[in-house]
Amino acid sequence: MLNTGDILETIKMIQEENLDIRTITMGISLLDCIDSDIDAACGKIYEKMMRRAENLVKTGEDIEKQYGIPIINKRISVTPIAMVSAATKQSPVKFAKTLQRVAEGTGVNYVGGYSALVHKGFSAGDRELIESIPEALAETTNVCSSVNIGSTKAGINMDAVAMMGRTIMNAAEATKDDHCFGAAKIVVFCNAPEDNPFMAGAFHGVGEYDTEINVGVSGPGVVRAALEKHPDANISEIADVIKKTAFKITRMGQLVGTEASKRLGVPFGIVDLSLAPTPAVGDSVAHILEEIGLESCGTHGTTACLAMLNDAVKKGGVMASSHVGGLSGAFIPVSEDAGMIDAAVCGSLSLDKLEAMTAVCSVGLDMIVIPGDTPVDTISAIIADEAAIGMVNSKTTAVRVIPAIGMKEGEMLEFGGLFGSGPVMSVNKYSSSKFISRGGRIPAPLQSLKN
Amino acid sequence: MSAELEESMRAVVAVIGKDTVGILAKVSGICAEYGANVMDVTQTIMQDLFAMTMLIEISKISIDYIDLAEKLKNAGKEMGLQVHVMHEDIFNSMHKI
Repeated sequence: MLNTGDILETIKMIQEENLDIRTITMGISLLDCIDSDIDAACGKIYEKMMRRAENLVKTGEDIEKQYGIPIINKRISVTPIAMVSAATKQSPVKFAKTLQRVAEGTGVNYVGGYSALVHKGFSAGDRELIESIPEALAETTNVCSSVNIGSTKAGINMDAVAMMGRTIMNAAEATKDDHCFGAAKIVVFCNAPEDNPFMAGAFHGVGEYDTEINVGVSGPGVVRAALEKHPDANISEIADVIKKTAFKITRMGQLVGTEASKRLGVPFGIVDLSLAPTPAVGDSVAHILEEIGLESCGTHGTTACLAMLNDAVKKGGVMASSHVGGLSGAFIPVSEDAGMIDAAVCGSLSLDKLEAMTAVCSVGLDMIVIPGDTPVDTISAIIADEAAIGMVNSKTTAVRVIPAIGMKEGEMLEFGGLFGSGPVMSVNKYSSSKFISRGGRIPAPLQSLKN
Repeated sequence: MSAELEESMRAVVAVIGKDTVGILAKVSGICAEYGANVMDVTQTIMQDLFAMTMLIEISKISIDYIDLAEKLKNAGKEMGLQVHVMHEDIFNSMHKI
């Protein structure tokens, strides 16, 4: 017989501590849909995606009922559209509209992969896709975009960095009547993972299966509640508690992933063992750091606590799953985390501290609202800094900043739902324009002589 | 894989709430009505909170598992109790290596 304590613990995690499966994401390759006729290509894409993902939402809901675990999102990621659109030699916006129709037809809440991989240079279709991002995101609601502008092996493509600063600003302007939400659907990556199930940065890499299932777990609330029971533990013991908790959370992700893959007849890719916060009270990564002993997230000691947390989550999760991948680690999106929002509002958390935190945690500068009058070159420079951290440390980093058009530092931009709200944070007032206008490439870093 | 599936067709029914007369009778009555064999029951009182966990066999039930879960939950609601019906696998995977 199962242990009653274990049963009640699981129920408490789900009921009171917001434990859930954040997303089941089906990755679908579109390489066999390429056609020089854009309408034919879109037709093939629609047909293939509808066929493969027909039962995705229903299967997710069935598993949710059977196991009693909430599965919040069902999503699809696709081959970077720049690869598919290159042959058409036309504006790829039609592809975005096709992805939107698939989102509506299947009932998934996001389709990711309006993407280009330009970490070394642009190939056919890449520039056109990047230039079309603001229009594509303004004309769709459920399509997400990402661009990989750097990697540890290739260095950083500074021409792409310059383009992305402008693209983010244009996307915000094109959606200024809708909380500048276009910019919240673009992620600029360095070392982008090809099997990430989380939006907005999900795309289906070319080395993956034709179709696969990836699962993203969540659970900051569970980790915080576990730590609350050990008020006097030292940091070694805290790390152990986090590992044990991460193990349990990840096992649930593994169970749901294998079950979904079996029911849908599609190979199981990976579990992304991330601590993904939501604006709900009790579901915050910042509150975990504060539980460890910081008065407010962002103060001195935050980077050290986050480094320990991120590492312990991975150590606990790795053994719980047969395949771990994606972004795997603690996410620190500002607007989606109640504790981060409070810390940013009270002035404890700055953009500079967030940048330091991204050196030790998963992903990067995420859901950060900046003033609407920020120069585009400054946005590019923020991207360059973040990409440099990823490139040198052989890790994924990303930038998702939202220029709040017409708003000044200290005002709040409200998105609502899972996206929360964010205070407009200050950026450095001094120019980076000359650096960005140079263009070119930052050479790949040395992989030895590490100091 | 299929043999493993057949073996593990068991669900956990967890009932949590204020202790009242007839909880066990009500829940096991519904299980009996739809052919779910009760394999094990444990119950504890924590302070004045009643917690009962029941392991039931669901491979031969006469209605859909999801409908049975719904009926048990509704019966719990009528008595002011929380009822959770979850497949056994989730506990096995989370708490056993």
